[in-house]
Amino acid sequence: MLDINITIMLASVLAGAAPVLLATLGETITERAGIVNLSLDGSILLSAMTAFVVAYNTKSLVLGFAAAALVGGLVAMIVAIFSIYLGQSQVAVGFVLTLMTRDLAYFLGNSYARLQGPQATPVPIPFLENFPFIGPIFFTHSLPVYISLFAIFACWWYLFRTPMGLTLRSVGEHPAAAYARGVNPGMHQLWYTLCGGLLVGLAGATFSLAIKPGWGRPQGAEGTGWIALALVIFGGWHPIRAAFGAYLFSFLQVIGIYLQGWLPSVPTQVFQVAPFPLMIFTLLTISYAQKASERGLPAETAKQTGRIERRARLKRLLRVLTGNAPAALGRPFRPE
Amino acid sequence: MTSSSGPGSSKTRHILGRFRQTAVSLLAVFIFTTLVLYLAGAPPFAAYYHIFMGSLGSWIKFSHVIKAWIPLTLCACGLLYTFRIGLWNIGIEGQVMMGAVFATALLRTGVEDGSPAISFFLAFLAAIMGGAIWAAIAGWLKTRGNVHEIFAGLGMNFVAQGIILWLIFGPWKRPGVASMSGTELFPDNLWLFYLPDLRLSPIGLTMALAALGVTTLMLRYTRIGLNLKAIGANPRAAVLFGLKPGQYMLLAMAFAGGFAGLAGAFQVTGVYHRLIPSISSNYGYLALMVVMLANFNIWLVPVVALFFAGLNVGSIQLPIVLQVDSSLAGVIQGALVLTVLAAHGFHGWRKQSQIKTLSEGAVPNA
Repeated sequence: MLDINITIMLASVLAGAAPVLLATLGETITERAGIVNLSLDGSILLSAMTAFVVAYNTKSLVLGFAAAALVGGLVAMIVAIFSIYLGQSQVAVGFVLTLMTRDLAYFLGNSYARLQGPQATPVPIPFLENFPFIGPIFFTHSLPVYISLFAIFACWWYLFRTPMGLTLRSVGEHPAAAYARGVNPGMHQLWYTLCGGLLVGLAGATFSLAIKPGWGRPQGAEGTGWIALALVIFGGWHPIRAAFGAYLFSFLQVIGIYLQGWLPSVPTQVFQVAPFPLMIFTLLTISYAQKASERGLPAETAKQTGRIERRARLKRLLRVLTGNAPAALGRPFRPE
Repeated sequence: MTSSSGPGSSKTRHILGRFRQTAVSLLAVFIFTTLVLYLAGAPPFAAYYHIFMGSLGSWIKFSHVIKAWIPLTLCACGLLYTFRIGLWNIGIEGQVMMGAVFATALLRTGVEDGSPAISFFLAFLAAIMGGAIWAAIAGWLKTRGNVHEIFAGLGMNFVAQGIILWLIFGPWKRPGVASMSGTELFPDNLWLFYLPDLRLSPIGLTMALAALGVTTLMLRYTRIGLNLKAIGANPRAAVLFGLKPGQYMLLAMAFAGGFAGLAGAFQVTGVYHRLIPSISSNYGYLALMVVMLANFNIWLVPVVALFFAGLNVGSIQLPIVLQVDSSLAGVIQGALVLTVLAAHGFHGWRKQSQIKTLSEGAVPNA
């Protein structure tokens, strides 16, 4: 019964997390710049379809990935342009795009459904793959999985260790101040929404060319975009914490697959929808933690110092667990 | 939008402007859709023809459009309450599903002995309750848990879908084999009455029209409607007036859920006569787009809903006649809403730049 091969399991957690991780990182960048791209769930599907169709027709995986990234970027640009230059609600535009890109994907991809197409093969990294335990977990994947691993640190480094990253965050936190310092918030937001969209597009391609190869209705990527949006909050708008969330999610999914084998009496539908109540519960916990860490400690008697200390420790823990949204998230700046 | 303070000519110009805006939007959508059809390798004009004939080609087809219009209008009415207070009730899809589940549950339990009229009444009541409860959970998560209503609602949608699948494959499975085709059909006397010649359901139509009437009255002429608007416009000021935004949010959610539940009950009793996995037919999400395209104006809601219902019904036969996916309807609907949003934005942008040039022109004189 309990014949889990830990190495294989962890390797599949790492691989399975790749698309949702890429999408989460992309959205983290976008939201750090102050724009909410709600269209993720649809644009992942549209880019997955594009990737498959392009790779199928050109026999080139690289072109497939490139086309998908382009599509993801374009959809994100629509949200940014509507918000920054046309003053429309990001939620409204994002939501309409979610539905529309999804339908567009089903419509345009219809004749490619259930075809056998190219897919990314594992590229073990020579030498490194021979390390015991670590080798098979980290170094026997296909290219998109390596990209997703690399992207975590690239995002973190860019956001927190470069001057451009500082500008990016300032545009999301206080666009008026950034404007006063000679930064054009609109242009930056447009650019970073595009960058985030490129990653979302790669996420779609990772689905249709690597993790769940092929195209169909449903493809299997449905719902991922919403999970990614929730993971951005879970990660407190921080790439490394967001990555932790993505791996946790992927781990739970893998566990779910094992559980399904162990508990055949539980209907499969329960496992299919399980991520979503979990998502709500996680968001609920985070908002509770946030509220608790914002609340000041009440003055208490010396008798209760132990309790205060414990509370202070809890508060520190909560502060690690939660992050604040960029202050100007969803509110575009209009220079007078 | 603009106040008609000027003479009649400005009003006509305003109407003309709106008309031109609509025409330009429609043209843009037409060009976009034609391109999409070319991309998919389908003859565009044949597709338009089939959508038109599939929705308005005969009275039977049109009666199907009405059948889709009823739940769509019910959902759209519900959404007007939540939009009024500034909530994005994406969970409406799940609220339709729970309405359907509650109605089915009631019709399955000991209804043979009662008269169908009482059964229907109780089923509709149960559906309203079901939808309202499901919406209230999302509302509670929003007001108490501080979870954004989009995530709360969306999560609840997936849960509702899971419950339906579980019921169909578990407790309510058909004797013999459970399948995606749904639960067992209800007996004939539990099918919602249809006028045999017109193929219209008078009860369904009455419900939709009543929903429109009630919503108009509620939002325009009652204190609740006024308070919803006040809180939606400025929650902080509303608190100063002694209004409790949390309570009104829950109320708005419950209203929306109630109408959505009713739509679900209609789907069960009037359309499918059983519970199927896709019982909500995406009408909840579609209704969100209807309300947006109608610019949150209740007088436009039934018109836009009819148009959307026509697109949906008309594209059903596309896979058979043209071997393309029926999701074309969704593409057209989405493109329409986007272009109208763009037109609004462009309008505002031009007005702003006009003001800007005026004020810039005024500077040298000062």
